[in-house]
Amino acid sequence: MSPQLCLETLILGTLWIDTLSLTQKVMIGTALLGGMAGVVGSFAVLRGRSLVGDMLAHAALPGVCLAFLILGSRNLLELSLGALISGLLAIGIVAMLVRWTRTKQDAAIGIVLSTFFGLGVVLLSVIQKPHIGGNKAGLDSYLFGEPANMLSSDLVFLAAVATVVLLVVAVFFKEFKLACFDADFAQSQGWPTLLLDMAMMSALAVVTIVGLPIVGVVLMAAMIILPASTARCWTNRLHIMLLLAAGFGVAAGVLGTRLGRGLPAGATIVLTAAAFFVVSLLFAPQRGLLAKVIAELQLRKRIASEHLLRALYELNEPSLPQRVPVPIQQIQESRHWRSLPKLLAAEVESGLIERTGGNVLLTSLGMRRAVELTRAHRLWEMYLMQHAGIAADHVDRDADDVEHLLPAALLLELEQQLAATGRLPETITEVPDSPHELGGGPGASP
Amino acid sequence: MLWTALVTMISDMTALTLLAEVSGGASDSWFWIVLTGAATNIACALVGCFLVLRRMSMMGDALSHAVLPGLVVAFLFSGSLNIVPLFLGAVVVGLLTTFLMQTLHQYARVPSDASMGVVFTSMFALGVVLIKKFVSGHFDLACVYEGSLELVVLAETVVGLPRPLFTTLVVLVVNLLVLILLWKELKITSFDPALATTMGISATGMHYLLMALVAVTSVASFEAVGSILVVAMLIVPAATAHLLSDRLAVMVPISAAVGVLASVLGYVAARHWDTRIAGMMTVAAGVLFALTVFFSPRYGICSTVVSNLRMSLRVLREDLLAMLYRVEELDRAKRLTPAEAREAIGGGWLSRWSVAALRREGRVIMDGPQLQLTDIGRESARRMVRSHRLWETYLVEHLGMPLDHVHEPAHRVEHFIDEQMAQELKANVDSSKQDPHGRAIPE
Repeated sequence: MSPQLCLETLILGTLWIDTLSLTQKVMIGTALLGGMAGVVGSFAVLRGRSLVGDMLAHAALPGVCLAFLILGSRNLLELSLGALISGLLAIGIVAMLVRWTRTKQDAAIGIVLSTFFGLGVVLLSVIQKPHIGGNKAGLDSYLFGEPANMLSSDLVFLAAVATVVLLVVAVFFKEFKLACFDADFAQSQGWPTLLLDMAMMSALAVVTIVGLPIVGVVLMAAMIILPASTARCWTNRLHIMLLLAAGFGVAAGVLGTRLGRGLPAGATIVLTAAAFFVVSLLFAPQRGLLAKVIAELQLRKRIASEHLLRALYELNEPSLPQRVPVPIQQIQESRHWRSLPKLLAAEVESGLIERTGGNVLLTSLGMRRAVELTRAHRLWEMYLMQHAGIAADHVDRDADDVEHLLPAALLLELEQQLAATGRLPETITEVPDSPHELGGGPGASP
Repeated sequence: MLWTALVTMISDMTALTLLAEVSGGASDSWFWIVLTGAATNIACALVGCFLVLRRMSMMGDALSHAVLPGLVVAFLFSGSLNIVPLFLGAVVVGLLTTFLMQTLHQYARVPSDASMGVVFTSMFALGVVLIKKFVSGHFDLACVYEGSLELVVLAETVVGLPRPLFTTLVVLVVNLLVLILLWKELKITSFDPALATTMGISATGMHYLLMALVAVTSVASFEAVGSILVVAMLIVPAATAHLLSDRLAVMVPISAAVGVLASVLGYVAARHWDTRIAGMMTVAAGVLFALTVFFSPRYGICSTVVSNLRMSLRVLREDLLAMLYRVEELDRAKRLTPAEAREAIGGGWLSRWSVAALRREGRVIMDGPQLQLTDIGRESARRMVRSHRLWETYLVEHLGMPLDHVHEPAHRVEHFIDEQMAQELKANVDSSKQDPHGRAIPE
């Protein structure tokens, strides 16, 4: 883009902004803020620095007050510069405390946060004095946030900051990613990790401080953490997480402003973001709680079904290769079942067994599955006994635990290993004999 | 003993109260303000020590914000600012917050700091909305942030004490009682939760108890100091005490004392510059912490720098002696000038100082323009060279290190081998009297 075109776009943009209503301006502003907070917040959350945003937001207060006292202006840019300086100073002090003293990170953050804020409160009261000439009206918004104060110039400022921050992240994406996930490796490869770290922290500081007058101190900390944590539920890939976090941030800004008419906008934006988080936490496909519960239930069901098939095989074993009907009573006694009738019904459904009166008969499909399972179980038992030195009366339980999780490749390997040492019984190609006494019902003998 | 301390403390408080009544009038408002500040500080410091030790300092920040919706709901139900329902609301919401944070961390694998941030900011936002929706007018949100210690004297009185002071004292006594009764349990769960669990002490139970105390303490302190500054009172004196002591039983009283000192200094400073008292108390605590960071006898930056400097000076002096000894060993007639010697150990003002110190100690004298070892100096140099060569021999014989790799480690370790260890090394290396480079090991 030529400079002239740039300028024209900018002028047109500014003109366009002036035509917007206040609500629209607020909505665009909060959306911009949410978007960039999501992006820089992702890095903070991944690096275990979620609370740094909280600290920055509080530590900015004395900087804002000093900027006001020294420069005497209420200009957003100048106040933000003061906030940025005191925020970066706070980060530096925390880093030095952690490096040079026995004070730990959490305490250092708490100390710097509260002491800086205390200093800010003191300076605020100085500003309020009549001869200094201020009511602190403009400054109060730094505590609680006042989106409705948004001017067109603020919007342009926000857009400019967002562009710069996003450009920085885009340009240094690879470096940030490496520093995020494996800082030691990055250092060993000669990356300037300290510099990268400082760049990430500065981006976080800039976004936090730009957002302060809009959503306020505590709620700005939320905007850093919430969209990023929400995005983390959905993906394991950084670039997708950044996009999602930006998306959630924008959505929270827009919806929060729209839904929260008459309520403090900062709070409703955060509550919207929190709602996104809760929904994602419950319903995300892999990391969601619901998905986990379903997976757990399915695993339980599979294990129960496999136990049933193996029990049936063992009860059938004396009369092999003939499949015989087994009385339910005998199955019942062979091991502890959670709910046998339900389990039997499910297996009938999937065509693995047939029920005839009080008896259960393995279908030929069921028999094949049962043979596979029992073979895996016994191979594993043998492996445990011979290679892991576990006593014969302990292997059954251990084998029960893992047989359901064994991949086919490992089974093959075990089989070959045992065959190579001549321990795989050749006579029974399908199923090796159980290496221990079979327990269970009265009719069950090895 | 702790009981006596408690009783003394309470009677002290009563005495102070009586004193205040005797002195009478409005002029003693300073007394109530400082007393409230000090009581808040002590109550916070008592629980704060455990927060700092358990590395959950930010829980103070989190809980003091998260209780807000609890306070609003309690207010809505009770219809008054009576402190009991407020405490109840704070405890319930505080425990709920703790539970949510732990659940998020444990079951949803959200990193612990992020789960803290997510929960407390959302709770706070909920509180802000509830206030706006239902109770605007009764709650001053600014007060949540800043607190107004100045107004303590204007509050109505309960049993002769201003209400905020009374509340704080109640919480202080509760904290003190819990600390005394569950001292052992709190201590062991803070330092070694796994051991505590094996001993049948519930680490989780203690965690929740502590969090409930933090919630109650921060609510009691709200009126006086506000939600952020209460974080300072929880953490800063405790962290200061942590830099001063390694014993919990010492750390707790020190943190209380730091808290009291901060209140007094803060009050004086605030009156002097005519600013907010609570904010100034926080700043005072921060200054005390900063001073401790620099000047703590054991963990301060100054003492670390001084002891490092002392160590490098000792190493330099010993290196210089050993070098003079080696020069003498090679060529009995050869001597070094002070300038040459300084150059050989790296130059700079440290080496200049080392040469001067050796001369002052009488280990080295000037023989014309050159340095000459005295008998004492030669003796300590001999010991140094002996340690060096014994260590080299040991490394070659027992660890099989190549010859060109043993000088560097021996050069480092020679300063830390005492006579007993030298004897042991001597006994462990072959009785040959030479080091691997073929030089004699001095006796």
